[in-house]
Amino acid sequence: MEQGKPRKLFDQQIARKAMVESFRKLTPAHMVRNPVMFTVYIGSLLTTGLGLHALLSHGPTSAGFIFAIALWLWFTVIFSNFAEAMAEGRGKAQADTLRKNRQEVKAHQLERPEKNAKMREILSGDLRKGDWVLVETDELIPADGEAVVGVAMVDESAITGESAPVVRESGGDRSAVTGGTRVISDWLIVRISSNPGESFLDHMISMVEGAKRQKTPNEIALNILLAALTIVFLIVCATLLPFSIYSVTMAGAGHPIAITVLVALFVCLAPTTIGGLLSAIGIAGMDRMIQANVVAMSGRAVEAAGDVDMLLLDKTGTITLGNRQASEFIPAEGVKIQELAEAAQLSSLSDETPEGRSIVVLAKEKYDLRGHEIHELEATFVPFTAQTRMSGVDIGSRKIRKGATDAIESYIQSQGGNFPKDVQQGVEAVARMGGTPLVVADGLRVLGIIHLKDIVKGGIQERFAELRRMGIKTVMITGDNPLTAAAIAAEAGVDDFLAQATPETKLQLIRESQKGGRLVAMAGDGTNDAPALAQADVAVAMNTGTQAAKEAGNMVDLDSNPTKLIEVVKIGKQLLMTRGALTTFSIANDISKYFAIIPAAFAPVYPELSVFNIMHLATPQSAILSAVIFNALIIVFLVPLALKGVQYRPASASKLLWNNFLIYGVGGLIVPFIGIKLIDMILVALRLA
Amino acid sequence: MTTNQWIQLIVCLGVLVALAIPLGLYIAKVFNGTSFWGEKWLGWLERFFYRLGGINPQEEMDWKTYALAMVLFSFIGGILLYLQMRLQAFLPLNPDHQLAVPRAVSFNTMVSFVTNTNFQFYSGETTLSYLSQMALTVQNFISPAVGIAILMALIRGFVRKESKHLGNFWVDVIRSLVYILLPLSVIFSGILIWQGCPQTFRGSQKVQLVSPLIYNQPVTVQGRNTTQPMTIIHQSIALGPVASQEAIKMLGTNGGGYFNTNSAHPFENPTPLTDLLELLAILIIPVALCFTFGSLVNDMRQGWTVFAAMFILLVPMIYCCIHFEQVGNPLLNRIVTGSTKQNPEGNMVGKEVRFGVTDSSLWASFTTASSNGSVNAMLDSFTPMGGLVPMWLMMLGEVSFGGIGSGLYGMIVFIILTVFIAGLMVGRTPEYLGKKIQAFEMKMTSIVILIPPLLVLMTTAISVICGGQGVLNPGAHGFSEILYAFTSMTNNNGSAFAGLSGTTLYNLMGGIAMWMGRFGIAIPVLAMAGSLVQKKNIPESTGTLPTHTPLFVFILVAIVIIVGALAFIPALALGPIVEQLKMIAMTMH
Repeated sequence: MEQGKPRKLFDQQIARKAMVESFRKLTPAHMVRNPVMFTVYIGSLLTTGLGLHALLSHGPTSAGFIFAIALWLWFTVIFSNFAEAMAEGRGKAQADTLRKNRQEVKAHQLERPEKNAKMREILSGDLRKGDWVLVETDELIPADGEAVVGVAMVDESAITGESAPVVRESGGDRSAVTGGTRVISDWLIVRISSNPGESFLDHMISMVEGAKRQKTPNEIALNILLAALTIVFLIVCATLLPFSIYSVTMAGAGHPIAITVLVALFVCLAPTTIGGLLSAIGIAGMDRMIQANVVAMSGRAVEAAGDVDMLLLDKTGTITLGNRQASEFIPAEGVKIQELAEAAQLSSLSDETPEGRSIVVLAKEKYDLRGHEIHELEATFVPFTAQTRMSGVDIGSRKIRKGATDAIESYIQSQGGNFPKDVQQGVEAVARMGGTPLVVADGLRVLGIIHLKDIVKGGIQERFAELRRMGIKTVMITGDNPLTAAAIAAEAGVDDFLAQATPETKLQLIRESQKGGRLVAMAGDGTNDAPALAQADVAVAMNTGTQAAKEAGNMVDLDSNPTKLIEVVKIGKQLLMTRGALTTFSIANDISKYFAIIPAAFAPVYPELSVFNIMHLATPQSAILSAVIFNALIIVFLVPLALKGVQYRPASASKLLWNNFLIYGVGGLIVPFIGIKLIDMILVALRLA
Repeated sequence: MTTNQWIQLIVCLGVLVALAIPLGLYIAKVFNGTSFWGEKWLGWLERFFYRLGGINPQEEMDWKTYALAMVLFSFIGGILLYLQMRLQAFLPLNPDHQLAVPRAVSFNTMVSFVTNTNFQFYSGETTLSYLSQMALTVQNFISPAVGIAILMALIRGFVRKESKHLGNFWVDVIRSLVYILLPLSVIFSGILIWQGCPQTFRGSQKVQLVSPLIYNQPVTVQGRNTTQPMTIIHQSIALGPVASQEAIKMLGTNGGGYFNTNSAHPFENPTPLTDLLELLAILIIPVALCFTFGSLVNDMRQGWTVFAAMFILLVPMIYCCIHFEQVGNPLLNRIVTGSTKQNPEGNMVGKEVRFGVTDSSLWASFTTASSNGSVNAMLDSFTPMGGLVPMWLMMLGEVSFGGIGSGLYGMIVFIILTVFIAGLMVGRTPEYLGKKIQAFEMKMTSIVILIPPLLVLMTTAISVICGGQGVLNPGAHGFSEILYAFTSMTNNNGSAFAGLSGTTLYNLMGGIAMWMGRFGIAIPVLAMAGSLVQKKNIPESTGTLPTHTPLFVFILVAIVIIVGALAFIPALALGPIVEQLKMIAMTMH
């Protein structure tokens, strides 16, 4: 699938399909779902009928004029359908690509989760939750599940678009596998976790297709408002008929307003611009999430993302580079720095962790210590254990150890040694700077400290400043002690931090913030993140994460990039802004339409009202027709905006309001005056006025 | 506008605001839930009412109970009022021997006074006994108190967090009566009596005219129309407990006059001082409530925002009214001045000579901006555009200060609508005063913005379909008369354009429009308060839409005009607008 590569806005194939689809959507059953456009639909039917009637009888209004109005009313409806079909079409194209991966495959069902258990062939569609299957090299994983035995490289490009294969192994946080991905080396035994039709892929397809799209809370609220405005304008136009009949009777001249004109006035006043684009905006919002490689489990989640005012970010991997690096050796009193560096290097030679490697590299680069090979030294490596919390090396009688301060301290003291004071002070100084101190000891002698430093990601500070301008509070979550956390928080520019975080404290922080009225977003991947993910309002689970995390979240980031949260918030805001902007535009449009239609509509009774024809539209007919044509065309012109969303730059609410009010409010006031006048001039030029 | 007119306008508005701010803060004290100094003086009266009604002031109500209490209270009050008017001939305090008020008029008047509309399809001095007038005075007190109560419930909806309770309806009504409306009215009545308003139970007085009046009375003798000279030497001077009703009529955005000519009558409005004071009394409480609101939500900026929006909606309209009345009718000007020059007196048709153009126009604007509806000049005789101003101010939905309580809660609904649209534009689920505005709030907002145009236009349409009965001036002006009457009733204003006779149809349809215009809005407002009060309070951040900036005020004003009043543009075009244009066109010929 070609995610990440932005599709062209008007893909020809999609546009062609959408055109057909916009006619197919003209059934009453479909139209009734959108109350505003449904009234336009009824208006189109009514004027078409009036046109036919006018053909047969000779009324005061010409059949040609009525048909012209009817035609443009039909266009109004069709253009709105087209907008929706375009948005859906873009989603469908994506769904089709996804669906290709959902082909039925043969699966090897196992009786027990053991490689040599009894095996039988079964179609993937017949697999049920809880079944065990064996997947070997070059086979497709038949359904979503969890690796229970084995380690394998899996190509997940079908889902994520990422071509580099990923490791999937039983146990731990990398055990979740997705149906439709391919094992490219080794084998896995997978316990199936979803029944057919309920898989992640199925869910994704239905989301991108917009088939199961439910209206989001804000969309519902907006729909109610639009319906109310529509009713108001319906009454305004309906009561105009008796009003004008009365006026004609009293004036004793002219004839009452034509029903066609009333319908035209109604359609122009009703909020058709936003009404016609509303569903397209919603679908396009979901689509933009998918463009960002995030699958939202519901439209509600996308909308909530715009409201988020607190972000919980894991320190490691999000704010800092995944691993800490040695930056300095601080010797104890009376110890040469060379000696400390060498001991540190020796103790880390077979330490394959990134921290260990960085110690070796630092010693080599700064003190020019040649790397040793552990077998040359005939040394025994002492690995890190949770009990000792130290690692090191034994070379002959030399016992070199490195570890956390308290671990080394108790190790020394247990052997009757002394932990020097200056090292103690050094340790505190390192911690204050946000570093992690490792203490190195040779036997009973404490040699000094290795300063491990968190490397804050480049550019992260600017992003947090951006978030602050948007009114979003950032909170760093870390297992570090408060001192270290505070230093890193200050360096990265986050607003707050939660130190020594456990799943419980995380959950508690979210609950408390929510109680204070905040909407909390977080990203997570581990099973221990699941409770917090379930509690957060917007929870982005990493695709590499565990099944539990994915189930607890309401979005999945296929790129597994926790910084994506910021993107998600932007997309959510953009969705709401697009709706607000187009509503404002639609309402502001009404003023000019009054100026176009009212003088024209009452011209037969009260020609005096022509002073309000400030646009100098040629004839009453051309004025009304121009307004209707403008009203239809503006929908088409705004389709790209509805699909792309209004531009969003992080700024304070008051600044955003200014910008959008100027563009869509004031613009909405002025544009139709120009547009209607232009259309009128064209009608005159074409001798249609 | 002349310099003199500017001075009058600025002084009037300046004094109004200067008095309203302390009053607003005082009202906030009455309702902020803690005891205050006024209780030392009037606590006994409050406690007396609680004992009388068997009310437990500690009891809290949810929105449904609150709304039920409000509707029942108004309904029962209405029935008592109806019975009083129907049975007044058999009841005491009827020195002029008034007969029973006709059924349709009684119904209309009952609804009218219960809903704080005070539209009058009757002349007080020839229809009502003194007891009936006093029964109306009771509703003059109660209906604004109910308005304040609803407002307080809505404010609590914003202030309280995750609660169900909106306060106690009875406590709110009684406290606004005891600490606000009664004391102010007592003081104001005293001033009015001092200035010459009657306050008596004596019947009307027959006095001899200084010089007899001789005129030709048209009569029909044996089927032929002829005239017959008549001489009048006596005049009946209507009296009654005027001052006590006048005070609350002005203060409580009621406006139902004791006499038919309302505040143009020298017994209702005897002196220039009373004219100024009554003018101020029209708007003082509605303006003050803006500051009460700011104080109660602990953010005076919000109060100033509401005030600013209302003020901006009002002032250009006052200017417009004075301007068109000063320019006058060009056709008449030509007759008076013999040229196209303006008559320096302006359009004096239908105006009290004591008040002239400025005071009459100011009053007309004030009385329709608030939902008072009293008049000191006959609006029917204003120039078409001068008459459009009061119509427009009512069509805004009575939110540019509006009725006591109702004006502000109506405006808060518009604020919620504005916050919704503007809030979406900044990319957040809209919120106001820390409360999220969601589907339920929008549903209630939609009902509130839907009801006035729906009722006004439908009732006007039915009236013209029925041939426009009782219209004294056919044509565009007659249409204005019908439109005005139903705009006034639906929006609970109560001012009359006049020129329209109260037929049974108008009485009944108007009664329904007034009832729906009041409770069709009050109940959704309470429902919304009930939903808001359950919500959490969202802390403010830079991502929150600020609702106290000039830009917000501007958008709010635009929304009130576009959503509230633009629906009436086509109707206005067929009434006052075309009438003005026709008048100008005739001048050209």
